Amino acid sequence: MLDDDAGRWILEVDGLSKAYRSGDRALSVLRGVSFRLAAGETLAIVGPSGSGKTTLLGLCAGLDAPTEGRVRLAGEDLGLLDEDGRARVRNQHTGFVFQSFQLIPTLTAIENVMVPRELRGERGVERDARQLLEQVGLAERLDHYPTQLSGGEQQRVAIARAFVNRPKILFADEPTGNLDTETGHRIVESLFRLNQAAGTALVLVTHDAELAARTRRIIRLRGGEVVGDTQ
Amino acid sequence: MAWRDSRASRWRLLLFTLCIVVGIAGLVAVGSLGRSLEGAVEGQAKTLLGADLSIGSRVQFTAEHERFLTTLGGEQAREITFTTMIVFPQREGEGTRLVQVRGLEGGFPFYGRIESVPPEAADRFREQGGVLVEESLLLQFGAKVGDGVKIGSLETRVLGALQKVPGESVAFATIAPRVYLRMEDLRATGLLRDGSLARYRVLFRMPASLDVVKWVESHRTRLDELRLAVATVADRKEDLGQSMRNLYHFLNLVGFVALLLGGVGIASAIQAHVKQKVPTVAVLRCLGSPVGWAFAVYVTQGVALGLVGAVLGAVAGVTIQRLLPRVIADFVPFEVEIATSWSALAEAAALGFSVCVLFALLPLAGIRRVSPLQVLRVAHEPRRVRDPLRVGVVVALAGLVLAFALGHTQRWQEGVGFAAGLTVAFAALAGVARLAMAGLRRLRLPGAPFVVRQGLASVHRPNNRTLLLVVSLGLGTFLLVTLQMSQTTLMRELVSGRQEGRANAILFDIQADQREAVAELVRGQGLPVLDEVPIVTMRLKSIRGTPVEEILASDRDRKGPGWALRREYRSTFTDRLRDSERIVAGEWIGSVDAGEEPVPVSVEDGIAKELGVGMGDELVWDIQGVSLRTRIASLREVDWRRVQPNFFVVFPRGPLDDAPAFHVLVTRVESPEQSARMQREAVRRFPNVSAIDITLVLRTVDQILGKIAYVIRFMALFTVATGLLVLIASVLSGRYQRVRESILLRVLGCSRRQVLRILLVEYTVLGMLSALTGVVLALAASTALTVLVFKLPWTIPLGAPLVSVALVTALTVITGWLASRGITTQAPLEILRRGD
Repeated sequence: MLDDDAGRWILEVDGLSKAYRSGDRALSVLRGVSFRLAAGETLAIVGPSGSGKTTLLGLCAGLDAPTEGRVRLAGEDLGLLDEDGRARVRNQHTGFVFQSFQLIPTLTAIENVMVPRELRGERGVERDARQLLEQVGLAERLDHYPTQLSGGEQQRVAIARAFVNRPKILFADEPTGNLDTETGHRIVESLFRLNQAAGTALVLVTHDAELAARTRRIIRLRGGEVVGDTQ
Repeated sequence: MAWRDSRASRWRLLLFTLCIVVGIAGLVAVGSLGRSLEGAVEGQAKTLLGADLSIGSRVQFTAEHERFLTTLGGEQAREITFTTMIVFPQREGEGTRLVQVRGLEGGFPFYGRIESVPPEAADRFREQGGVLVEESLLLQFGAKVGDGVKIGSLETRVLGALQKVPGESVAFATIAPRVYLRMEDLRATGLLRDGSLARYRVLFRMPASLDVVKWVESHRTRLDELRLAVATVADRKEDLGQSMRNLYHFLNLVGFVALLLGGVGIASAIQAHVKQKVPTVAVLRCLGSPVGWAFAVYVTQGVALGLVGAVLGAVAGVTIQRLLPRVIADFVPFEVEIATSWSALAEAAALGFSVCVLFALLPLAGIRRVSPLQVLRVAHEPRRVRDPLRVGVVVALAGLVLAFALGHTQRWQEGVGFAAGLTVAFAALAGVARLAMAGLRRLRLPGAPFVVRQGLASVHRPNNRTLLLVVSLGLGTFLLVTLQMSQTTLMRELVSGRQEGRANAILFDIQADQREAVAELVRGQGLPVLDEVPIVTMRLKSIRGTPVEEILASDRDRKGPGWALRREYRSTFTDRLRDSERIVAGEWIGSVDAGEEPVPVSVEDGIAKELGVGMGDELVWDIQGVSLRTRIASLREVDWRRVQPNFFVVFPRGPLDDAPAFHVLVTRVESPEQSARMQREAVRRFPNVSAIDITLVLRTVDQILGKIAYVIRFMALFTVATGLLVLIASVLSGRYQRVRESILLRVLGCSRRQVLRILLVEYTVLGMLSALTGVVLALAASTALTVLVFKLPWTIPLGAPLVSVALVTALTVITGWLASRGITTQAPLEILRRGD
């Protein structure tokens, strides 16, 4: 399914399978998943617990290697890269938002936002980080450590961090899972606003039907297989 | 429940126990050593003296002495000891050396035996002549059994290499190596004349039924009158027992420091463990568990930890104790065979167990305060109040430290001092660590690469182990560097005598008629005569009109200045003070008319205090049979460290000018070759003259200090080993957090190399911080030692501190690195699987 229609597709997934060994038997968590995502497109991956959503997200983002199949992210075949190579691709082209925020506890809000750009060796990214934090409404909390921020605030820092390297694609794993409804709404707004402003493709894993409905495309998984793909 | 709960962390908990294992092992080994030393002193008591009794004098026995000695009975042996030069004629160049010659007559030693190679040489020299020469001296000259030697006029050959003499330790025989020969050969050297500096001893074997101590008491008055010094097996046992106890207590205190450090490590590891267990405790509380029950679960784990540590420590101690006799061999004048002392083992294990449990209780006490509400709100922290249990544990720990310190020091002030010193060291290290962390937290390095900033941030991260590591590694560094710097300072001071133009060689025992010729010989070698002083030997006869015998006899408890009263004084007469002397009271009088009495003399401050005399007091001297009345006209302070003859009592010119004297000449040699040439020539022409080359003595002193330092360093290494184990335990206890952080960074695009660099920065900073803190404390301690104890001018020896900082940092980085292995191997996907 991979073709040379380069440039149009930010993410190409072809025949993706993942199996784990559990004792003597192989446990198949994902079987033959294929899809393509265009630049700026939004996608929700939904399904019951244990259906393979998180595994699929992880494989798409190059956080793990598939047992079978291939993933092409921003034009790069992840299967041909080693872990450091995949880290480089993640750093250059992707952003992440997690259910449990995953901020570095020893860094302040603004320092957390700067990390992805600093890892590239860039200097002077403070201005961009400050701007992003202002956009998510945290202009007053720049120098606070994660423990000094509420859950919603931490997630907004995480969103600012996800966009600071101007990613081509953003992966979000249950971004509102740990937040109350109202805060969740605000986070989703921020996410989609930045997505539209930057033209970033968005891949969401969620249980929230309302959130999934806001994306252009929904892939439904059950038992590790795609059971629905609505556009 | 305690067992089930520990399922996931059992191996980690076991690893934490290693922190105290080293300390307990040290204490077990030292405890067994102490018991074995005690046993050896008791079991080999008679060989400590080689006889039941020894009676000695610094002057040749008079007819009166001899009459008294013959009435004493028992089997008697004689020994005369003096220092002189030995010549190895077959060795060109360096063939001369100052030695301690011992002439023997009779069956000494009566208990134990002189050990030599070949073994039969120790008996053969008594029958057929020849000498036993200290093994190290033979090695030094490349000489061997059968080689010829010359001592004074005696030419003989080496019969055997001397290895061991009952009751004498090897370390201190190195300044003047021992040479044994039979009495008639000693006389044949022609070196023993009236006024020679020699020690005369009669050694006795008494009937087994005789109570020697009582016997000595019954003869005490007569012995004092005759100014004879007595040593019994009981005296020797007491002296040695005391030194052995000091050694044992000292090693114990060092081992205890390692154990305490391990305790701190345990507390820190348990704290990390407790933190992870808070949700479990909250759930248990939610399900209706009483506070005490949840607490008991974890206290049980702490107690189990202590038990395992105590057992492992005991096993390790029994293994290590085999090394200790080798470490202290040079300081112990008898064979020590270490047998495991079960009581020492039980004591050390019990102590280790208590320290472990008490330190574990400090964080465990917090379990009682976990609220069931924390099931709903992880961030909910109960209000901080002073916990009486924690206060109680701290008091118990302080009591334990104080009790141990008091039990292992002579005076209570020392015990309290040790405990206070330890507290100050811990507090200072902790204070510096806190300051450094606060400093790093405020430090902004906008221009620095991310890995540097992240590595630095890790040093002050929440829940990190910086404080613990700085304390444990810092204390180890502190002990080692203080030791090294003190040794360097002492050696530098001694070596400073070798500075430009300063004297470094002394020729002594020069007879009056040889003065000119010896000085000529020295000048002929192109060497300067820096000083030349006459020495007159004399003894104190009375103080302020009271005869010395009377003072000695009235001092029944023997607490008075016995040695100062009995000793032979080597005094000089001169019309000028030397630059090593300073008048502190009275007036210096340089010359008086011969025949004028009382003669105004100058007495050294220290000996005046010892004798209990002051300005204007009258002292009467017995100068080789002639009485001379003197008056203390001045008191002097003397810098004894100078390489030159210094004196307790200095006479003015005049009254002693014609007294029988021998002379000392001070010069300076520039090289070992020059020194050897001068000594060889002097001994060839004047066999009675002896020479000391200070550079050689300094080398020997350095060796002895090195051996002492080796013993201390051996124990200090227990502290460093504990520090490293604490480091490993702390890295592993914080591993979960690090793995998470590493995954997060890698998800954001950080390469493995960058993660490892962050670790490198963190451990380098941590190692340097610990080492620098230890070094700064060591500088303070060695300054205090230098200025207050050694009373020397203070300078900073840079070598040891710099090497230590580099070494400790390298060790920290390597250990941290090894313990962190594998933290970058977990797939980043884990981040999606884990919550907080």
